[in-house]
Amino acid sequence: MADRREMWKALGMDVDTHDGLCAALPVAFGDVYLSQKNRPEGMAFWDFVVSDIHGIRPAELLEAQKEGRKVFGTFCVFVPDEVVVAANGIVTGLCGGSQFWVPDGEKVLPKSTCPLVKASVGARLGRTCPFFRIADMYVGETTCDGKKKAYEILGEDVPMYIMDLPQMKRECDILKWKDEIAAFAKKVEEFTGNTITPEKLDEAIRLINNKRKALARVFEARKNPDNIPISGTDALLVTQIAFFDDPARCAEMCNKLADELEERNRQGVSVFEKGTKRIMITGTPMAIPNWKLHHIVETSGAAVVCEEMCTGTRYFENLVEEGLPTLDEQFMALSKRYMKNNCACFTPNPGRVEDILRLAKEYHVDGVIDVNLKFCCLYDTEGYSVERALREAGIPVLGIETDYDDGDSEQLRTRIGAFVEMLG
Amino acid sequence: MTTYYIGIDIGSTCAKTVVLAETEEIALSFVLPTGWSSVDTAEEIRRRLCEAGYDPAELACVSTGYGRVSVPFARKTVTEITCHARGAMLLHHSRDLTVIDIGGQDTKIIRVEDGLVKDFMMNDKCSAGTGRFLEVMANTLGLRPDDMCDLARQGGGVSISSMCTVFAESEVISLIGKGEKKENIAFAVVDSIVKKVASQANRLEKGGPVCLTGGLCESDYIRQALGEQLHTQVQAVAEGRYAGAVGAALCARDLMKKG
Repeated sequence: MADRREMWKALGMDVDTHDGLCAALPVAFGDVYLSQKNRPEGMAFWDFVVSDIHGIRPAELLEAQKEGRKVFGTFCVFVPDEVVVAANGIVTGLCGGSQFWVPDGEKVLPKSTCPLVKASVGARLGRTCPFFRIADMYVGETTCDGKKKAYEILGEDVPMYIMDLPQMKRECDILKWKDEIAAFAKKVEEFTGNTITPEKLDEAIRLINNKRKALARVFEARKNPDNIPISGTDALLVTQIAFFDDPARCAEMCNKLADELEERNRQGVSVFEKGTKRIMITGTPMAIPNWKLHHIVETSGAAVVCEEMCTGTRYFENLVEEGLPTLDEQFMALSKRYMKNNCACFTPNPGRVEDILRLAKEYHVDGVIDVNLKFCCLYDTEGYSVERALREAGIPVLGIETDYDDGDSEQLRTRIGAFVEMLG
Repeated sequence: MTTYYIGIDIGSTCAKTVVLAETEEIALSFVLPTGWSSVDTAEEIRRRLCEAGYDPAELACVSTGYGRVSVPFARKTVTEITCHARGAMLLHHSRDLTVIDIGGQDTKIIRVEDGLVKDFMMNDKCSAGTGRFLEVMANTLGLRPDDMCDLARQGGGVSISSMCTVFAESEVISLIGKGEKKENIAFAVVDSIVKKVASQANRLEKGGPVCLTGGLCESDYIRQALGEQLHTQVQAVAEGRYAGAVGAALCARDLMKKG
């Protein structure tokens, strides 16, 4: 592996502290990932990416910047990548998924802030994540109070643009989001110096749609009721990395993986024994390297077959209409697609419950684990309706609240173990 | 010759062992403090079992509880939810019930329907509403937990507002400082834990009789106070503290039946 220390130093990172993360990650990855049996060969790509997670992609981004391209860091699936790509920009995810960053976040944020927000702010202020150093501009959105106020702190030392996401789904809200997308496009044009043309935007829409279709193929293979071709832990990694990778390469690798998974389904090659209980996980996103819950579930005698979360179906479901001739129509098509996302920030939000019931059927799940990161008031509260609807539909459900810290893993193991025993 | 099955429930405070006969009668039961090493406790349990003529090397044994993984001679581990449910079913002769177990470090509410766990709930990682809370407060009052529960019956008029064990302890200390009567403080402590458990239980759909298991089921006052909060009669049996171990023994029997 290449020595990245010079690159990190040049990025102004706190390299010594960062070494601590570099030392811990391979151990965690080995425990959670490499200990799995019967993994698809295609996972080698993602193993490779993780082996140098703060090296490979950051180096690519730096190369692109040398060519004059701009990098936009985002925190949420609502920010339309298409607009950035159409202006020859690059999008990278910024969400922090490690406890490592939380203490630095807690220096400025209230303790009662969700760990994802604390880790993200901590990664920036602690200078221990290259993606936060590389991004030329951060693009936020108003999906939760924790992030909204955190942007004000982040914005103190990096250009910060915020999109105002409506919190309802009326016709006027879809129009409002379209206007927000148009305003963002203008900002992106200014910032990159490139004009967004309908041709460029259509090309970008197709590119991102292809990535969504490829991820959907991977998930499609997980619907097989008799065979589990990939562990949930592996599938989660694929989704997590998708936020950081080049969209064309992501689609290519996902399609290759899907080929293999489809073949595995034909041959009956499963990661788990026949009869292993199928679990869907719903709720708050799991930013990389948050693998905690999947690992516990899959070492407690069950398999995760679907994630109804931003690092899951909410990332790739629904496509943007292609082939539209004007920017105005394209912005509307983008708004329509993004507003189909049933994030818990909307009220009312019946679509999310409908999604979950539909996915439970499609993925033939035996039980659902509804999880929320501590202090995520939105998903926590919505858990009530989600769990009630599942119970009414006769689908066993376990509600869990957790954070990045491993302190509760034994308790989670008991709860999840009991849940799996309950499924029979 | 009757076959026997061993169930071991290593909780955070106490380790409970039961030997169950094929007839589902308890042939042997004993409690040991868990101490600081579950491994040592497991070894002590093995020694005692052998002494009584039940060699775990020859009999099917299942372990449960927090220390379940530390029992090398157990053939299988099963979570305490499943074990408490099965044990309570046997001890209460019912296949439809709601089990409340106030354990040393967690409280479980389990809904059993038609002989199967239908739903369950456990407290979060903090110790509010658990046996540990009671123990810490009893210590502060210089009482044994069961004596504190008895004393609580005579008290009233005081409440503790803090859910956190650490803060609640400071509250108790300031009540002592103010010269509040011991029985009133004891009342406040029990009242606090009972309300916490009841509010947790109220989040779960209840059905069938409500049965209290675990060490605290031996306190009539707790049972009664919990019943008042839940507006129902709360049942308890003498062997209630062994519910988890009995359930583990029943799981051990399943192992043998399945071969």
